[in-house]
Amino acid sequence: MRALSKDIVMNDTLTPFIDAHKTNKTHLTVENLNVHIYGKHILKKVNLSIPEKQITCIIGPSGCGKTTLLRCFNRLHDDNSEVKVTGNIRIGNEDIYGSHVEVTHIRKKMGLLAQRPTVLPMSIYDNVAYGPRLYGIKRRRKVYEIVKHQLMAVGLWEEVKDRLKSPAVRLSIGQQQRLCLARGLAVEPEMILGDEATSSLDPLASTKVEELFVKMKDTYSIVLVTHTLRQAKRIADYVAFMYLGELVEFGRAEEVFNNPKHKLTQQYLDGSFS
Amino acid sequence: MIMKKLEEKIVKALMIFASVTILMVLLYILYIIISKGLPSLTWDMVSKNPSGGFYLGKEGGILNAILGSLMLIAGSVAISMCISLPIVLYINFIRKKDSRFSNVVRFSFDILFGIPSIVYGAFGFMIMIYFGLQASLLGGIIAVSLLIIPIMTRSIDEVAGSVTQDMIEAPKILGATKFETVKVIVRQISPGITTAILLSVGRGIGDAATVLFTAGYTDSIPVSPMQPAATLPLAIFFQLSSPIEEVQNRAYAAALILTIIILLLSFSTRYFGRKMSKSKL
Repeated sequence: MRALSKDIVMNDTLTPFIDAHKTNKTHLTVENLNVHIYGKHILKKVNLSIPEKQITCIIGPSGCGKTTLLRCFNRLHDDNSEVKVTGNIRIGNEDIYGSHVEVTHIRKKMGLLAQRPTVLPMSIYDNVAYGPRLYGIKRRRKVYEIVKHQLMAVGLWEEVKDRLKSPAVRLSIGQQQRLCLARGLAVEPEMILGDEATSSLDPLASTKVEELFVKMKDTYSIVLVTHTLRQAKRIADYVAFMYLGELVEFGRAEEVFNNPKHKLTQQYLDGSFS
Repeated sequence: MIMKKLEEKIVKALMIFASVTILMVLLYILYIIISKGLPSLTWDMVSKNPSGGFYLGKEGGILNAILGSLMLIAGSVAISMCISLPIVLYINFIRKKDSRFSNVVRFSFDILFGIPSIVYGAFGFMIMIYFGLQASLLGGIIAVSLLIIPIMTRSIDEVAGSVTQDMIEAPKILGATKFETVKVIVRQISPGITTAILLSVGRGIGDAATVLFTAGYTDSIPVSPMQPAATLPLAIFFQLSSPIEEVQNRAYAAALILTIIILLLSFSTRYFGRKMSKSKL
């Protein structure tokens, strides 16, 4: 492990990867991002540009900081005083960590899908309606339209339209994950973040969610943290490879997978470590 | 090998013995109360206030004590809930669950949990003297609240502790504020809150020591919180102290009424608990 880590430090070629995708417009920019948790340096000088309306997969071995990075995007570290975030993250032209920026405003822009689906303790309908109601949409007709539209968007409408008032926990895990996606979409985010969003699902449910991501990239910029290389190969337009808190390589998926520039990426893709 | 099997059999037998003993004790208590109380349990007993010579074996009932107990516990639960729930939410969701402050609060409640009820009675009495209050429904409510706040807090805290980080973050991800998130969490732990309330009711309604100095005793139904209130545990105590056998038997009838109220609450706890967990599955 030490030797590998040394390898990164020795090979100071991170900068070229940042601009590896000049063909697409950048939606989210990460500059010099450093994260310390309980004094430990978890993310080290990460620079990254997430392209608009594309699927970007962040891959890397366990504990390399993928999730930490993703959680920085919607400021989920804010409540933990032991997490120190420095550097810049901008969505469009807006500084996510700007002193005048409301955290709720940022979170509205980033729909996050967690590893395990967590439905709210309420009905299927109320789960999707929760977000819109939070933002002041009270008219029943309007709320119903949003709920229907988003449930249709995630392919859940036909399955649940007759039991919208039953508790959401009664759905299968796969359905719950799609419900969580619909719930996130109902607040009209700009980006969808997925933190190993299919890892707790069976292969069939996982495929459904993957298909949804592919369908949705026409409307949203999608960033997925994934442990499954095959999944990244199937759906990623761009890939970021992280190792021990550093961004090792970033570029178009076919380039990273077929012709990785960094030895570490090659080793990871070969399965030399995971 | 034989020794191991023998050991297993002995331990298993001890476990069965302990379980059966507890069950027998419960059944014996119920048998005594029912066999002695049922013959004396009349409609008058639950529908009338005691007349002048009730405690000497004459006519009347203990409606005042039944209603007094119910009023007292309703007031205490309301006050306790207003104190316990914010404490639990604060130490679990505003502060970190395992912060030093949260643990100190939990430890304090563990100590308060173990304090005998007579001490709460005496402490409540002291507070009453300080504020110039007489033995009254309000005094009883304060003392019983002191008794059940630790029970309620620790029971809700157990459930709150099981709320996952994912559940706490789910509303936040959608842009909910801390307060809005806490509202969702309260909904999530509502079955636990119901159980905590019913546990506290069971404990508070049957306690005699806390109300002995604080609520007083009277033959009428209190119409204001400043009036003394009769309670079922004290009704049992006073009747059982009587040398007249008829009055003693009425004590068992009163105990039967109290037991029925507590059993009803226990069954409803289980019923609601199951119903709520069904809606969770």
